[in-house]
Amino acid sequence: MNAQEYAFMVVAVIGSLAAVAVVTARNVVHAALYLVVALACVGITFLLVGAEFVGWTQILIYVGAIVILFLFGLMLTKAPIGRDTLDHQPQSRIVGGVVALVMFLGLAGLLLRVWPVGSTAASDAALGSTAAIGESLFRDYVLPFEVVSFLLLAALVGAIVLARKDEGSES
Amino acid sequence: MIRLPLILVFAALLFSAGIYGVLARRNAVMVLMAIELMLNAVNLNLVAFAAALHDVSGQIFALFVIAVAAAEVGIGLAIVILLFRNRASINVDEVDLLKW
Repeated sequence: MNAQEYAFMVVAVIGSLAAVAVVTARNVVHAALYLVVALACVGITFLLVGAEFVGWTQILIYVGAIVILFLFGLMLTKAPIGRDTLDHQPQSRIVGGVVALVMFLGLAGLLLRVWPVGSTAASDAALGSTAAIGESLFRDYVLPFEVVSFLLLAALVGAIVLARKDEGSES
Repeated sequence: MIRLPLILVFAALLFSAGIYGVLARRNAVMVLMAIELMLNAVNLNLVAFAAALHDVSGQIFALFVIAVAAAEVGIGLAIVILLFRNRASINVDEVDLLKW
């Protein structure tokens, strides 16, 4: 154990608790705020393994943009904030809990069998630098990059068309 | 130096929490949030393996996943808003018009 790993353990515990709180919170707005904590913990983990650019992108895009989008969505749909009327179903909770628990135990057991805790991951600080990412992105992955930009344009147009109020039907 | 399995177990926990959210919650916005958690678990795995294998490609893939997730949330929330406008409810169990 070194300093980085201690820091990661703290971040991982906080992030895990926040992730569980996201899906179990009764108040939907609280869930969105717990999501901020969980996503920020993931971003800090990226920074700790040396993925500098991805880490800051995570914090900018997720914490800065996506959670705000969720909060806007909650406000626009007038979700019953503070109550739990929509998803109070013990049966689906039991099923979901069992599936999630089996999933976690299976995944963790499998992963720990294939990569025992003794095996190490070296985090190379130079690996995730913006220069390295940019070079790889614009040399090896130019076409996917352009496709993603087109996808974002299509999503932008699609979201506007879907969420816009239809003037024709109002009159 | 963070040992790989620790990160993988953290990612597995995030993924399982996301699965629970998708299965148990009925609020459509909560389901979207749980999907975000699962996508983040995948990103965590990609970045962890990129660091372990000294290959930057995993981080590029994580960036693509982040971009696609942003598009997905935008479209998803637009659909949820449209749903709320038409049905006055965002309970995913009540959206069964296409169910046979």
